[in-house]
Amino acid sequence: MKFSDLILQTAAKVLVFIIMTFSIYILFAGHHNPGGGFIGGLITASALMLLYIAFDAETIQEIIPVDFKIIGAIGVLMALLTGISAVVVDSAFLTQVYKYVDLPLLGKTGIGTALVFDLGVYLAVVGTTMTIIRSISEDM
Amino acid sequence: MSLLHFAVLLPFLYTVFVPLFFKKVPRIHTGWFVLIVPLLLFVYFAAHFPLQSGSTPLFQSFSWIPSLGIRFDLHLDGLSMLFALIITGIGFLVIIYSIYYMSKDREALHNFYIYLLVFMGAMLGIVLSDNLMVLYVFWEATSVSSFLLIAYWYQRKRSRYGAQKAMLITVTGGFAMLLGFLMLGSAAGTFSIREIIGMKEAIVNDSLFIPAMLLVMLGAFTKSAQFPFHIWLPDAMEAPTPISAYLHSATMVKAGVYLIARMTPVFGGHMSWFWIITIVGIVTLFWGAFMAIRQFDLKALLAYSTISQLGLIMSLLGIGSLALHTNYEAQAMLFSGAILAAIFHLFNHSIFKGSLFMVVGILDHETGTRDIRKLGGLLSLMPVSFSLTIIGGLSMAGLPPFSGFLSKEMFFTGVLTAYRHIDQWVILLPIAAWLASVFTFVYCLVFVFKTFTGTYRPERLDKKPHEAPFGMLISPIVLATLVLVIFFFPNLISYSLLEPAMRSILPTLLQPGEVFEVHIQAWHGFNAELIMTIGIVVMGTLLYKTYKKWSDIYYELPRKFDFNHLYDQGLTGAERWSGRITNSYMNGYLHNYLSYIFTFVIVVVGGSFVLQQAFAIDPSTNAIIEWHEYLLAASIAVSAGFVLFVNSRLTSIIGVGAVGYLVSLLFVIFRAPDLALTQLVVETITTALFLLCFYFLPKLKTEIVRVRVKISNLLISIGVGTVFTLVGISAQSTNPFKPISHFFLNSYELSGARNMVNSILVDFRAFDTMLESVVLFTAGIGVYTLIKLRKSRGEKR
Repeated sequence: MKFSDLILQTAAKVLVFIIMTFSIYILFAGHHNPGGGFIGGLITASALMLLYIAFDAETIQEIIPVDFKIIGAIGVLMALLTGISAVVVDSAFLTQVYKYVDLPLLGKTGIGTALVFDLGVYLAVVGTTMTIIRSISEDM
Repeated sequence: MSLLHFAVLLPFLYTVFVPLFFKKVPRIHTGWFVLIVPLLLFVYFAAHFPLQSGSTPLFQSFSWIPSLGIRFDLHLDGLSMLFALIITGIGFLVIIYSIYYMSKDREALHNFYIYLLVFMGAMLGIVLSDNLMVLYVFWEATSVSSFLLIAYWYQRKRSRYGAQKAMLITVTGGFAMLLGFLMLGSAAGTFSIREIIGMKEAIVNDSLFIPAMLLVMLGAFTKSAQFPFHIWLPDAMEAPTPISAYLHSATMVKAGVYLIARMTPVFGGHMSWFWIITIVGIVTLFWGAFMAIRQFDLKALLAYSTISQLGLIMSLLGIGSLALHTNYEAQAMLFSGAILAAIFHLFNHSIFKGSLFMVVGILDHETGTRDIRKLGGLLSLMPVSFSLTIIGGLSMAGLPPFSGFLSKEMFFTGVLTAYRHIDQWVILLPIAAWLASVFTFVYCLVFVFKTFTGTYRPERLDKKPHEAPFGMLISPIVLATLVLVIFFFPNLISYSLLEPAMRSILPTLLQPGEVFEVHIQAWHGFNAELIMTIGIVVMGTLLYKTYKKWSDIYYELPRKFDFNHLYDQGLTGAERWSGRITNSYMNGYLHNYLSYIFTFVIVVVGGSFVLQQAFAIDPSTNAIIEWHEYLLAASIAVSAGFVLFVNSRLTSIIGVGAVGYLVSLLFVIFRAPDLALTQLVVETITTALFLLCFYFLPKLKTEIVRVRVKISNLLISIGVGTVFTLVGISAQSTNPFKPISHFFLNSYELSGARNMVNSILVDFRAFDTMLESVVLFTAGIGVYTLIKLRKSRGEKR
């Protein structure tokens, strides 16, 4: 059955950007406000899912030609490597460091290894969620 | 590591070369290469022989596991010497015999000789070890090598059955013995037998003394085929005949006797040691002799005869142990005569039983059968074998001029001494001994005359019988000669071999420098023992002549009385019952397993909760509950109840989803924004996944579940709920430790983050988060693999 999903597709094109932006915000805001890698990853995944619902799987695969398993693996590795990098500089495993610097555009900003770690979690969540959803959808 | 250690290990080391000889030199029988081992060892032990007449036993120490007090110490005293000479001497003769008995073309000789050498080494290890744990190691090595040897012809069902039976019984006893050794070791604080003997007074009153004694006895009785553990020995006759001659008459079955003799200085003098060993020995003596008469298979007859003779030795050791009892100090020397009789008979038995087994092997080899009903009239065809049988058989019956006569007389002296000095009703002891000897006489006559005299019936035999080759006759001739020599010159061995052995069984009886009075003679006057022997001859001949008239009593014996029947029933019963029990609870229903788990939780958690009286309510720390919290709790309860009572899967998923969203609302109310966010999204995704999965499942069936099951489910769920509610309330009310959360309040100073939850997740406790991402990723890969693999397998099909 072919049905017109023009409204859905048009709405999705707009909404995906809003949701993606929100998820990135959540990811970066996590340090000082509610949010973080886990929830950010889930929201990104939901944006991608919206795309899958509005368009078909092949189209999305053409637009975003990534293997989500690899994304997930990269995320887990990032989290691991943050820990190991602390060992390399002779601290305990997973010792996080942070520093506040004045950036030209953003002003006083804290950057630290915790962010890299959170980014790893984020990628792991996105990769895993999308792997599960794509596997199941392909199975049907 | 001394030469003595090397002597014990030599058979083990030599096994490495046996397959080489077998494979590389197939023209020469492998046995010739193996022969050198017992020869060397015999010469080595015989070289220590003069040392025995003095009183300094050879002691060699080697540290094995010093932290556990396990030392590979070897101790060559009189008793060990006697056994070591029997083991190596008869081992040598058995290997000569086996060279002619086992065909080098048809048999897997390398297996045979490897097992045999392992056995020989293990047996030497048993008799020479000073350390209980090392003794146990060698003990089990004899069990295992005996198992392998019994099942040497593993293609035969009877061999496998016999091997399994022997293994089960001897290993059961072995474990009991190990336990006994451990108890003895803990009571004495050492595993060294010499040291344990040295501190005998200290351990006699230990609470572990009696259990250790019983367990050690159990080990000895199973190994030495004592009543009622004798049943494995007749079935072990499926082994090749050289093995039966070596293991099941001369050596292994005497390991138990050795253990009892070795432990006599520790346990002897205790009345229960005397009673149990003597009674078990006498019963075994009687039962073995009684059962031997009904056997038609010559080897089975000899097996029961071995059982009976071992019982005799055992009972003598029991009586002799009284020499160490404080109440019988005056008669100590009289009782010590029983010990002398025991070791003398042990020596005699090894010799004549070995030769008898070899003769049976010859008969089997030359006529093709061992069935007494098929044999007969072989006297003129096999004269040498007949002479050997006469010597061995009449020595076994206890007639002059054979060595068995001497030890039999000494046996009667022993039981009569016991009768004269203990209770009145010990009169049963000589009576039972006499009756058993009568039966012994009868089966010896059966063995000798049914085989060689009577009518010769060649049509019943598979082969044309003729005398055995000379090589096969060497060993039994040597042994039979020894039987005669011992009768005429018994004092050749009395001070050189028997007296030192006695001294190591009864070490405390003599003052230093003294020796036991050991004078064995054939004629010691016209006394009660001689009358008993004459009575045996008369009564035995009478019974043998009238055998047909009374042998029916064997078939009147109820079948349930048969211990083999009991053993088989026990084995199948144990299998059937364990199967039934396992099947009754492992029935494959997940529902049942969950019931077990939850019932267990209720019993353990609830039970300890009740036993500890841990219930406590302290409302003072509780916060005030607002009306919207009540409302929320009620909504959650209603949605949860809704899930229980709907009939459609999709509706129940909606119900679960409602619970999830309400919980996220709860997080909002209790000020957990991160949790609320995550809960909201995760709940959405799981609900979607549920919908996805259940869309493809059939409609929920209205299951017809039995009321009983429903009620038990209800009870279990209510029980779990109640237990955990009570535990939760009590845990909330008793708060022995201050929370540590104030530390995390400084998250901005410590980790530069204002979001405390996030800083705990990524900084303070990042390790958990890292592993949880791994868990998540693994789950994703798992889903992917499950789906893709199933697909690819389907495509292959």
